[in-house]
Formats: sequence, C-alpha cells, structure tokens
Amino acid sequence: MAVPIAWYLILSATLFSLGVFGFLIKRNIISIFMSIELMLNAVNLAFVAFANHWHQVTGQIFVFFVMVVAAAEATVGLAIIIAVFRSRNTLDVDQIDLMKL
Amino acid sequence: MHLALFIIFGLLCLGGAVNLLLQRHPINSALSLIVVMSSLAVLYLLLGAEFLALAQIIVYSGAIMVLFVFVIMLLNAGEEKQTQGSQAAYMAGIPGVLALFAVLASTFFTLRTSFGDARLGGFLATTEDLGRVLFRNLLLPFEVTSILILVAILGAVVLARKEH
Repeated sequence: MAVPIAWYLILSATLFSLGVFGFLIKRNIISIFMSIELMLNAVNLAFVAFANHWHQVTGQIFVFFVMVVAAAEATVGLAIIIAVFRSRNTLDVDQIDLMKL
Repeated sequence: MHLALFIIFGLLCLGGAVNLLLQRHPINSALSLIVVMSSLAVLYLLLGAEFLALAQIIVYSGAIMVLFVFVIMLLNAGEEKQTQGSQAAYMAGIPGVLALFAVLASTFFTLRTSFGDARLGGFLATTEDLGRVLFRNLLLPFEVTSILILVAILGAVVLARKEH
C-alpha cells in the first residue's frame, strides 16, 4: 500500500504550524526554544519527502546540514538561556524585557 | 504496511506536538518532543532515508534533547506561570498561523496527484550515496560546518561561564 507524498507534506505543514503556535503562546523560554526545534524537524520531514519524490539525494544532504546547524544552534541557545537565568533569575519571557521600549 | 506505519507514527508525531503545547512543565514538553523526533525517524525510514533516520535518533533525540533535559534540570525550571502574554501574539499570531497552515495544506492537497506516491523500497538513499554527494560535490560546505561547530563550542563555553 503506497502513501501519497502529499500526506507527508501535510503532516510536515501541521507540525510546522504547531511549532509557530507554540512559539507564540508559550511563556517559558525553554519551551519556546523547543517549539523552534519542532519547526526545524517539520521542515526536515518536508525535505525528506521531496527527496523521495524527486529520487534525489540532495534533499537528504540539506537535512544533514540542518541537523548540524541545529546542534550548533541548540548549544549556543541553551548557553544564552543559562546566562539569562544567571543575570535575571527567571525563565519567564514576560519578565525578560530589558530591551523593551 | 506502509500506510499502517505512516498512520501510527504520524499520529504519534501529532500527539507529541500537541502535548508539547499543552504541557505547562518544560520537562514534560521535552519528553513529548523526544516522542515527536523518534517517530519522525521512523517516517524517514519509510521514505528511504536510512542514514538520516539513525542520525535523527542519535543527534536529535539523543544529543540535543539530553542537552535540553540537562538545562531544564540545571536551572530547576518550574511550571510555567499563567500570564496574559502578548496581545499582539494572540491578535495577529493565531490568525496568521491558521492562514499559514491553510495555505500550505491546500497547496499540498491540490497538488497531491502530481506529487505521486511513496512506496516502501521505491527509493533508498544508502549511506554510500549520501557520502558520495557530500564528500565530492559539497565538500566545502561540509568543511565550513566544522568551523561553525568550533565557533559554537567556543561561544557556548564563553556564554555559560561564570563571570568573576
């Protein structure tokens, strides 16, 4: 039984939208960061689905690079979160408003 | 078989993503994100990306999520406070997200016939194929990412270090 590629793409679009939604409604800085990871994963699924459609390896190479950059981004992001927590003693984004006008 | 696996792990993905949004404690969100990432690895395997499926488990649900869980435990992150949040996010963000989803889903749905079907074993990119493209055509980007990772390591050490 074959599965249409479009179903994978719609699943990917749903996951991406849920990630954007979480980015907007979450108030904990770590949860917001996890929503960003969810969005990256959704895009990776779309890349793999397209690679399957075109029978090209290049789409999977893109996913490989996204993974590498996401790993680097997660390390730096979590280090920033630790630094923010040290200076402001909170993880609530509503209270991290030093640069707000 | 393919359809059954797609439905099971696709639903696990969606359930994990929805649970990530519903949970108020970050550690529960992190655990549901691990469910999402591991089910995505199965979907990659169904689409013929065997190397990426393993890399997904090792890098994402292994390394990155362990880092997240460590930071959550290190900072002793408690439950999220119920706050009003930003009005702009609710007024413009939620309709925007719905519009984005509607556009993407309707585009993919109308083009579903031209995308065709994915069959088990219809396309299999082995690690050898991947390595051939990566180390022949894309060697320079590959080397550049090693510098990126080095910079990220240094940046993480500098940012997280205790200041005296």
